[in-house]
Formats: sequence, structure tokens, C-alpha cells
Amino acid sequence: MDVLISLFDGILVALEPINLGLAVLGVVVGLFVGAMPGLGSVNGVAILLPFTFVIQSYTGGATSPMIFLAAIYYGAMYGGAISSITLGIPGASTAVATTFDGRPLALSGKAHVALVTAALASFIGGTMSNVMFTAFAPLLASVALSFGDPEVFALMLLAFATFVGLGGDDIPKTIFSICIGLVLATVGFDIISGEPRLIFFDITGFSHGIRFLVLAIGVYGIGEMLWTINTNRYGTSMAKVDVSARSIIEAIKEFRYAWRGTLIGSALGFFVGILPAAGATPGSLMSYGVAKLTSKDPSQFGKGAIDGVAAPEAANNSASTGAMLPMMTLGIPGSPTTAVLLAGMVIWGLQPGPLLFTNQPDFVWPLIGSFYVSNVIAVLVNLAFIPVFLWMLRMPFTILAPMIFVLSLVGTYAAYLDMFDVSLMVLVGIAAFFLRILDYPVAPAVLAIVLGPIAEPKLRQSLLFSDGDFSIFFTRPIAGPITVIALILIFLPLLKVIKDKITKTA
Amino acid sequence: MRKAEIVTAIILGILSLCIMWKSGEAPAWNPDIARFDNIGLIDGEGPGSGFWPFWLSLIMFVCCVWIGINWYRQTSPPSQSEEPFLDDYGKRMLLVVGGGLIGFLIIIYVLGFYGAIPAFLIYYMRFLGRHNWVLTLSVSFGMTIFCFFFFDIAMRIVLPKGYLEPLFIPLYEIFL
Repeated sequence: MDVLISLFDGILVALEPINLGLAVLGVVVGLFVGAMPGLGSVNGVAILLPFTFVIQSYTGGATSPMIFLAAIYYGAMYGGAISSITLGIPGASTAVATTFDGRPLALSGKAHVALVTAALASFIGGTMSNVMFTAFAPLLASVALSFGDPEVFALMLLAFATFVGLGGDDIPKTIFSICIGLVLATVGFDIISGEPRLIFFDITGFSHGIRFLVLAIGVYGIGEMLWTINTNRYGTSMAKVDVSARSIIEAIKEFRYAWRGTLIGSALGFFVGILPAAGATPGSLMSYGVAKLTSKDPSQFGKGAIDGVAAPEAANNSASTGAMLPMMTLGIPGSPTTAVLLAGMVIWGLQPGPLLFTNQPDFVWPLIGSFYVSNVIAVLVNLAFIPVFLWMLRMPFTILAPMIFVLSLVGTYAAYLDMFDVSLMVLVGIAAFFLRILDYPVAPAVLAIVLGPIAEPKLRQSLLFSDGDFSIFFTRPIAGPITVIALILIFLPLLKVIKDKITKTA
Repeated sequence: MRKAEIVTAIILGILSLCIMWKSGEAPAWNPDIARFDNIGLIDGEGPGSGFWPFWLSLIMFVCCVWIGINWYRQTSPPSQSEEPFLDDYGKRMLLVVGGGLIGFLIIIYVLGFYGAIPAFLIYYMRFLGRHNWVLTLSVSFGMTIFCFFFFDIAMRIVLPKGYLEPLFIPLYEIFL
């Protein structure tokens, strides 16, 4: 009952004019970045994070900026489907699975059905995951209150281990990516001993440390844009969309055939979203697979099955809320976007983690309330302004790209008022572009940069407490199993390689 | 791609070794501490300041060796690929876009943001995008004016102006 009262109060705060306005603006921005090929929620959130300082300076708290960023996240999940269906190019990786059936539907003259199905499935996925989030988050936070340093470090180890065990990328490159992220987070002064660390060539710009936004905007503002310009070099054709009121109503009626896919996506997406390294992209792909497997007529998938649009779209929205769960309750982000959101919370002066629910209820509940509000706004804006988004998709990349570059450089300077950071950000972006060509995953590095400043003190304090004995991570009742699972996940790919070798020689 | 894979692994391996060396550095104010004394456990203090970066960069180095072995055995996709690291389009793109970004950065130091933003946007939209002058100039100066009013006037975040600083004094007198 307390939860419902807190949620109701939170929704009321989220409906205040300033917060409602920011949610609408965030959703519109999110729909745009989600729809533009090459841009996703993480790009939007990372590039616009410095601009939230102005919101904070006017509203005085962290709630309104966070509502704005969370609304971008939400909007982007809806927006990804628009380009997947009309252009056949996923607006973001989270909408890859939507192209499988969304594009064939569009090519058969039913683009309006696909777009409406995607919007409604996203709405149901978002709403179901919000309900699950509201139910689970306070419970998980209260359990996490008993966690000490070894437990928190073990959880972080688990977060990194899932990238290695489940990420699907090249293992040494994934481990390298995690480690370089953690190492870059140590540049500057050691907060425990006060000693300077890794200040290369005595450049004073390194003494304040490598700031998170410098790396996030470098990777997602510059590196990703270079990557997109390099890969999306060929022109695309946009499918014709009938956006008359009659066709939209007809499409809404057809949504009744998509309930199975919607339910599968909503449920599966949420739980996959909770896992670090998983998130919305594997959640949507997995939901598509399960919807196909359990379908009465799987042969229709890939040819324009309506469930093939509903399942991934419900899943990516559901997973985006699921990814917020460990971020809010444990202080461990499950995806690059939630890593940026977590960094934003730290910049605004909050301490993410279980204490957030007890110490900052006036931040937490309005934010959760805004999830519900933003979800309603997103479906309404999405359905009402489909023609506008289609028009925006025709914007040439040679206009959008330089504007994003400008925003990235200006935003980085505005955040820290330091030209060294701007130069470093451009260099990081170019380096990230090169590494991406060679299949080095960048998401683990971004997560590691956020978690590094938390993980290192937890490890050092745990070892100080145990007098240097590493068994502290194995002997405590909660930390022990988590550490063992993390180690299994890390060594699982190695065991697979050995097993394959044995099978080959046999 | 195959050549780029091993060259990158070697560069990153050297970087890892440099970080290991740098992690072991003793603080300048305490000459009694020898290099690498801080990478282990210190009695009563727990792990030293170099503990975390040193062992992580060691893992990074091991990963680079691992990438090198995979390259030798041709088990990773880039090590099997016969495609160039960057084809002609990619090289040109990097030169004009990446070079444009570096140029943007250099102009900021000379003419400040409000000189560099229109210069970069005109370069990109007109010469790379082949958009007409009306659109190019509208977007370039529109974006510059928006940034000035948003940052300098509304947010009171003064962006660097380089040699153009005197031009902004009358504007400050009007709007601030």
C-alpha cells in the first residue's frame, strides 16, 4: 500500500507543468534520435547530459533533469521502429529485430499497420515493465541495504563477467575494453592515499582525472557518428506510409492479432533487461525468437508477421525499464544508457544504490512516476506525429552530423569549462572509431568508467578489512555465490574452447 | 584488416606496459618509496595506490598477447579478413570529416567557438554535403546564434572567443 501511495505522489510530481514539459520534450528528442539511423538512446542521453545542468540550475534538484533524460531513453525505444519499418535500417540496435517483419509489412503496403503495432506494443511493454519495476525495485533495494563492500564488489565483478560470458563479442577484446575503462577511471588523484596516478607527461589536464562525459561523448558523439558516416554510405528508399485517420484506426483494430508477441516481449524483455551486458538489443532479439518458436505458423515470420513486430518492440521498451532496476537499486547500470544516467545522478550530487530509496524518496518516486507518464506521452506523440517523424527521417545526414559534432564539442566544454577535455574528447572519439572497426566492444569500457571509481574503493576496503585475504569474496553468504557465478561466467567461454578442442581431436 | 589487427594489438600492448610502468611510480614527495612498492598489499593500509591500475594493465597486456595468438591462428574475424582496414571511401571520409573536426578544434583556440562553429558548419554542409548557400548559411549562423544565447546569455557559461572577444563586448552590454 505504501508503494502505491508513494507511486501516486510520484506521478503527481511528474505531472507538474515543468516536469511534464520536460517529459514531452525528452520524448520528442528521444523519438528523433531513436528514429535517426546511427543514433540511439545512449547518443541522445550522452550528448544532452551537459545541457541538463541548465535544467538543474532552474529547478534546483536532480528530479527534473533525470525525468528529461529518462524520457529521451523512453522515446528512443519507440523511435527505433520508425526507421526500421520505413527505411529498413534500424534506428538503433534495439530495433534490429523489428526490421525482420516490419520492413516486409511496409513493402507490402502495410507500413501503417507495422508502425501502429510497434507503438502500441511498445506502450504495453513499457507499462507492464513499469508495474514490475514498481513491485520489485523497493524489495531489491531493501535486500541490497544489507550489502557490505565485498558484496558490492562481487556484484560489479558479476556485471563485468556477464559481458565476458554472455556478451558474444571477442573475449580478449571484451576483457581489454573492461580493463581500459577501469584503468582510465583511475587517472588523477587516488582518493584513498591522495597520491597522483597515471598523470602522463605531467599534463595538468590529467590531474583532475579523465571525466566520464569526455569519454561518453567522445565514444557516442564522435566515434559513433564517424562509424555511421562510414557504414551508411549508400542511399535508402523510404516505404510509402498511409497516415490517414481511417488507416490508423484500421491498424489499431489489427493490433488484436499481436497480443501474443506483445506479452512475450513484455515479460521476457524486462528480465533480460535486468541482466548487465544484455539489455534491450538481446531482449528484443530473444523475444522475436521465442515468438517465432511458439507461433502456430512460424513460416510467416520474416514475411510480415504482426507478432514479429510486436514482440521485439514490446521487449525493447520493457528491457529499458528493466535495465533501470539494477541501476537504481544497486547502483550498477545494466546498459551503456543507464551508465550515462548513473553518471548524471552522481554529477547532480546523488548516491545511486539501495540508500536512494530511503534517503531520496522525493527523487525516486517522481522518477518512477515519470516512467508511467512518459510512456503515455510517447505513445500519443508517436501515433499523432508519424508524418512529422517521416519528414524528419528525410533530413540528410550531412546536416545532422555536423550539428551533432558541434553539440558534442560545445556540450563537453560547457560541462567542465576546460578545452583540454574538448581536445581529449575528439581524440577519444577518433580512437573509438578505429577500435570499433576492429571489433573492440566499447559498451563494456563505458560501463567500466562509471563503475571503476566505485569498484576500486570497495575492493581495497574489503582487502583492508580482511587483512589482504581474498577469501573474503568467497566466504561471505551473499558475496560468495555471486563471486563464484561471476568466475564461472568469465571462465565459461574458455571451457567451451577447451571442450571444442577435445571434441575435434576425438 | 589483418595487418591493422596485429598493429593495433602491438600498440595497445605497449600502452598496457606503459601504464604498468607508470602505475608503479612513487609519489614525488616521498623519495623513500621504490618503484612498484605500491602495487601490492601494504601492512595496515591494504592495497597500495598502484595496485588496481597495475594488475588491470597486466590483464590488458595478457589480452593483447591473446589477440596476437588469435591473429596468428586466424581465429578472429579481423585476422581472417582480406578487406582493407579502411577502403578508399573510409580513408577519404576520415580525412575530410576527422580532419574537419581537428580543424574545428584548432579554430576554437584561435577564433573561439563562435568563429569555429559557422566555419565548420559551412565547410561540412557546403563542401561535403553540397547543400545550397541559403540552407548552409541559415543553419550555420542559426546554430551559432542559438549557442550564444543559450550558453553565454541564458546559462552564463562563457564559451572561449579567441581573437573575436572584442566583437562580443557590445552584445554583452545589450543582453546582460
